Amino acid sequence: MNNSAQVVRYTGKLQGKSMISSMLNSGPKLIMPFIGILLFLGIWSGVAKSIDTSLGQFPGPTQVFEQALTLIDEHNQQREKADDFYSRQEERNAARVAKDPTYVPKIRPYTGAPTFFDQIWTSLYTVMVGFFIASIIAVPVGILCGLSRSAYAAMNPLIQIFKPVSPLAWLPLVTMVVSAVYISEDPMFSKSFITSAFTVSLCCLWPTLINTAVGVSNIDSDLVNVSKVLRLKPLSHVQKIVLPASIPMIFTGLRLSLGIGWMVLIAAEMLAQNPGLGKFVWDEFQNGSSESLSRIMVAVITIGIIGFLLDRLMLTIQRYVSWDKNAVLR
Amino acid sequence: MQPKHLELTQVGIDFPTPKGPFNALTDVNLKIKKGEFISLIGHSGCGKSTVLNIVAGLHQATTGGVILDGAEVKEPGPERAVVFQNHSLLPWLSVYKNVELAVKQTQKTKSKQEVRDWVTHNLELVHMTHALDKLPSEISGGMKQRVGIARALAMEPKVLLMDEPFGALDALTRAHLQDSLMEIHADLGNTVIMITHDVDEAVLLSDRIVMMTNGPSATIGEILDVELERPRDRLSLADNPQYNHYRHEVLTFLYEKQKKIETVSSHKGKTASVKKNNAA
Repeated sequence: MNNSAQVVRYTGKLQGKSMISSMLNSGPKLIMPFIGILLFLGIWSGVAKSIDTSLGQFPGPTQVFEQALTLIDEHNQQREKADDFYSRQEERNAARVAKDPTYVPKIRPYTGAPTFFDQIWTSLYTVMVGFFIASIIAVPVGILCGLSRSAYAAMNPLIQIFKPVSPLAWLPLVTMVVSAVYISEDPMFSKSFITSAFTVSLCCLWPTLINTAVGVSNIDSDLVNVSKVLRLKPLSHVQKIVLPASIPMIFTGLRLSLGIGWMVLIAAEMLAQNPGLGKFVWDEFQNGSSESLSRIMVAVITIGIIGFLLDRLMLTIQRYVSWDKNAVLR
Repeated sequence: MQPKHLELTQVGIDFPTPKGPFNALTDVNLKIKKGEFISLIGHSGCGKSTVLNIVAGLHQATTGGVILDGAEVKEPGPERAVVFQNHSLLPWLSVYKNVELAVKQTQKTKSKQEVRDWVTHNLELVHMTHALDKLPSEISGGMKQRVGIARALAMEPKVLLMDEPFGALDALTRAHLQDSLMEIHADLGNTVIMITHDVDEAVLLSDRIVMMTNGPSATIGEILDVELERPRDRLSLADNPQYNHYRHEVLTFLYEKQKKIETVSSHKGKTASVKKNNAA
């Protein structure tokens, strides 16, 4: 679970760096977002004061910031407890092995409640796995649909019908199927993880599939003719012509998919009580302490920032993969 | 010279439209000798590109057919390399890699060193060895067209098909490339079919100029033999009476015999549908 802390530290650095460079480059470009954020904070704290809920006053920016710090403290405390637990366990095991050399030490995992950062990590991991599964299905199928009119005609009704389905409608089905099908003595993944990941996959498929199909079918006909004159085999046609030509559209699809996947995951976690940020929000809501609303607000902002960073990540990958380094990506 | 190298017999093509088949070409008959340089000229929308695409195998003739060295043309292939109007280099590959792809694909027995030599050799022919690692977006239009020609030549084609190869270039660049093309044709002796709109270009480069009638149901109107000594020099030809006679012949065909009548409304509709079909 050290990873989550590292991720947070790293993204912190990234933001800091880009802030400094843009400050040097362009004053107004930096000042306007600041003014925007300040205005928002002002309105937020003003409005918050006049909203009284059954859990007390709606939290303003200050309370939310305090809770963010509390969540970090809680996380660090849990880490210390876990470290203590493991070092005690190690000592005990070492003592037993010293007494009886044939003894094989058992290592029991620490079972403390997951912290906010553990939940972030779980959600990130789940969305990535779900998104990955969707992508390795959607891109090839999309290419097939783009290349062949009959494949597209066959797929189109299915795409149109399943595309608008809400993830929450899928969730009960996925849950039941996973618990019926995924039976093993020593499961590598927990059922809740697989349920969430598949629900994300089901919703991530469509934007990538549709955009890939459109991108592939719109390739410049001259380039397709070049491929015909060279008699490229279908596989090298895809590899040399189709993929590079449709990279921008594929990535547009992937970015839409990842954004949808992230939204879907939080909802699925809330509804199914699967570990992750969604469960954190739901637990806080059920908990109903005077701090709950602030803690939920921290989660909301975190979800937003992570969604934004995921999109930037895809953009960076696109920049790296795309042949057209001068294209304006936004 | 073989008498039968490339032969178009009774070639015609119908394009399906919502109003029924549209007959774009009909009864195109043409015998081309090995090493001959043929220009196709005619008003836009008369089906020049369609003829070229049928020879390339990119379109299938509805009637008749094309025979190259005794074999019927059924599909596109590297022995009938095409130089497209807008170069159509793969924008993600460098100049070298674009030509290399064609070489690797068409001459699979070549060793690495042979591939490298052959790619470089063909780029030398079009004077493009200075920009091997540039992407197509980083070089000028004329240079792109040179690379397009190098790529086509590198396939070792029996017939080189050029669809208005210099149409999008400025006059100076065009003249320069025409000279290069004449040099290359003199060296290699490929059979060339070139579509052009430019009367001077047709007379300067061709052994024969094939003039096409207006569509629909376009066909070959006249064929003009150009018996000018090679190598030809554009400056000295400018005052050559024979050269001017050929120019005059082509111009007469285009602007008197096949003058486009744009004022008659029924005719307008027809030309519009021809254009639509060409675009498709």
